[in-house]
Amino acid sequence: MAEDIGTSPDDVQFRFRDDEMADHATVTVDACCDQTNATAVRIEPSDDARVLLPFLDRLALVEVNFPSFADGRGYSAARILREEGYTGELRAVGDVLIDQLSHMRRCGFDAFAPTSPLDEDDAARAFATWENVYQHAEDTRQSRLGNARRTLVELRHE
Amino acid sequence: MYQYDPYDQAMVDARVEEFRDQARRRLEGKLTEDQFKPLRLMNGLYLQLHAYMLRVAIPYGTLNSRQMAALGDIADKYDRGYGHFTTRQNIQYNWIKLEDAADILADLAKVEMHAIQTSGNCIRNISSDHFAGATYDEIIDPRPYAELMRQWSSFHPEFTYLPRKFKICVIASDRDRAAMRLHDIGVQIVKNEADEVGARFFVGGGMGRTPMVAPMIRDFVPLDQLITYAEACLRVYNRYGRRDNKYKARIKILVHELGKEEYTRQVEEEFAHLLDQGVEPPLEELARIAEHFSDPTFEDGAKTVDRSDPDFVLWVDRNTHRHKHDSYVSAVISLKPVGGIPGDATGEQIRIMARLAKQYSFDELRIMHTQNVVLPHVKIADLHALWTELDAADLGAPNMDTIEDMIACPGLDYCALANARSLPLAQRISERFDASGKTEKLGELKLKISGCINACGHHHAGHIGILGVDKKGVENYQLSLGGSEAEDVSLAKITGPGFTEDGVIEAVEKVTDVYLERKEGEERFLDTYRRIGMEPFKEALYG
Amino acid sequence: MKILTGNDLKSGDVIWWTGESWSRHVDDAVDVGEHGPEILAAEEAARRVNVPYIIDATREEDGGVRPAHIKDRVRALGPTVRPDLTLKPKDPEALDWVI
Repeated sequence: MAEDIGTSPDDVQFRFRDDEMADHATVTVDACCDQTNATAVRIEPSDDARVLLPFLDRLALVEVNFPSFADGRGYSAARILREEGYTGELRAVGDVLIDQLSHMRRCGFDAFAPTSPLDEDDAARAFATWENVYQHAEDTRQSRLGNARRTLVELRHE
Repeated sequence: MYQYDPYDQAMVDARVEEFRDQARRRLEGKLTEDQFKPLRLMNGLYLQLHAYMLRVAIPYGTLNSRQMAALGDIADKYDRGYGHFTTRQNIQYNWIKLEDAADILADLAKVEMHAIQTSGNCIRNISSDHFAGATYDEIIDPRPYAELMRQWSSFHPEFTYLPRKFKICVIASDRDRAAMRLHDIGVQIVKNEADEVGARFFVGGGMGRTPMVAPMIRDFVPLDQLITYAEACLRVYNRYGRRDNKYKARIKILVHELGKEEYTRQVEEEFAHLLDQGVEPPLEELARIAEHFSDPTFEDGAKTVDRSDPDFVLWVDRNTHRHKHDSYVSAVISLKPVGGIPGDATGEQIRIMARLAKQYSFDELRIMHTQNVVLPHVKIADLHALWTELDAADLGAPNMDTIEDMIACPGLDYCALANARSLPLAQRISERFDASGKTEKLGELKLKISGCINACGHHHAGHIGILGVDKKGVENYQLSLGGSEAEDVSLAKITGPGFTEDGVIEAVEKVTDVYLERKEGEERFLDTYRRIGMEPFKEALYG
Repeated sequence: MKILTGNDLKSGDVIWWTGESWSRHVDDAVDVGEHGPEILAAEEAARRVNVPYIIDATREEDGGVRPAHIKDRVRALGPTVRPDLTLKPKDPEALDWVI
């Protein structure tokens, strides 16, 4: 039986989804690919997110671990998963601090389970830092599907 | 030059408020120093030897007189009356208080300036040719591409916590005046056989502990794929750059360890994927930016100067660069007075340069990575009047590209990373060679001094390079020869055992004497070294 | 002797532990013996100092304190190329003291 190594719904401090939180055991990438029924996976910084591509349809939750906020590999993992079509919950876990929230959100994270709970007011301010953004990321990519924001570069030429 | 639209202005204003909040949380104890440090670094605020140091961005080295005057005012209002121009075309203030930092950023924002991403493990200031838009030998002005990349890289959510710092350079000529091959990404704007403009990518250059020349990764990226290609290069680095060892974390190590072919393969794979994601800005944006860089209205006038004043003529011959319009030149304002501190300028001098730019150069200045200032478009007819004013302000040293025009990092006098002082060495060498008249005889000689192995003084790329080291608690200096940061890029080689401060000055005398004895024709020091090799120099130094 | 140094959080000034508080003058520094780590932890947590550390130093004949490493002597005085910006602008021996 693969070890349940993930966060629990109680650990999630911020969530931007309406659906039910996954209540399944979260497994490592290696375990996920060996098993056929895992629906929640935890990515470590050194994992290649693309290993999950064959399973994206049945995954309800992908946790991306940030052992240190200074290790930015999880941001690429998040964008890659979204770009490759993952629509489930993408949860940033670990050393998630106020000042990373807005960038994480832009990269496609829609749930946050910081190791140390964050000040709610500071977090609200952090999520709202940028009225406009210069470059494409996950939040502007969706605009081609009709929702979310445009980059200010696009706004200039509308 | 580029002017902010309300969107750009809102971005820097938002950043000032974000930082103000971060500084407040630090002072209140809600952030530890470990948590605050990367945040303040991303706003250019270092904790250095004597105080906080603020590094203000001067995008691709271009600014106008209003901005330059503001930089002078900041030096006087918040610092100790001077600023330091750096080897990445930025300006540094050495005596900043944390409690003033947000206000300084707000003052900068008022003149469309900032300190965004001038430090930290993120994409730094994008550098360019200091004669861009003026020189006779570029295919096009590279700065619109630099501006496009600046906006793309600002607050990039995926690339804010890279393994290490990331430096990009954009040029558009075969002559490399910006050390492009020694950057993490160097972009040369080129034309293909169909006369289309595109970008040639060099990835994996850098100096520091392990200097490397960037190999070419892609010969031609069409302009409408420039950002997508850059994104692919960065994503591969963010995912696979080493994070286990700070000294092996730059992209040059990744490219070296994977090999150029494998790194290129990974980039091309990611690039193909990203092409479907629509990350490229519309081409209209490049056109919009390029409109800001159209030529000023040049007027015909004198094409030569009156050569009766030898001091003036010396300055013209050394410190001006050929312009695309035959009635103009680009003029170099030297921040290397004999015995001075390379790259330093007082608040008053900075304001004088601002005024001169307004009067003589269509309101525009450039900062050179060699720590001088350029007035890019000066009428030849105005040169004498300009030079007279520069001379009066101690800004008229006629020494561009001579040994006196040395690069020196701040060194142990200012920098917490340094092992040895570099500035007293620079002063003494400058004074000595000026007094003996040898500066003149040596001609083009690029001396570069770094106070530690991080190589901010670019000593690897010096015709003569000096590296300060710590030898059992005492300052010691290694000498190296034969580096070049131009299109004939090469990395300097160490001569042998190091020297004391007095010893390395003697050593510089000796190697320049070897050059004077052995030079043929109009050879530069670098050429003679390349022709005769290290042995004769070693012989003179170590017997 | 072991002395403590760091920077003032707000101003960035170089400061030295006097036994009771933090001074801008290295000659006010005291020998903390083995107690350095606990003092540092307390002072840093209280934000009375930023990025503090312990260094070796010697007591000089005139009672002054001389840090063992040249980097800390530069910190104690100021940039050697700008005597006017140092703590001892009129002292002709200050430069020798640093080196």
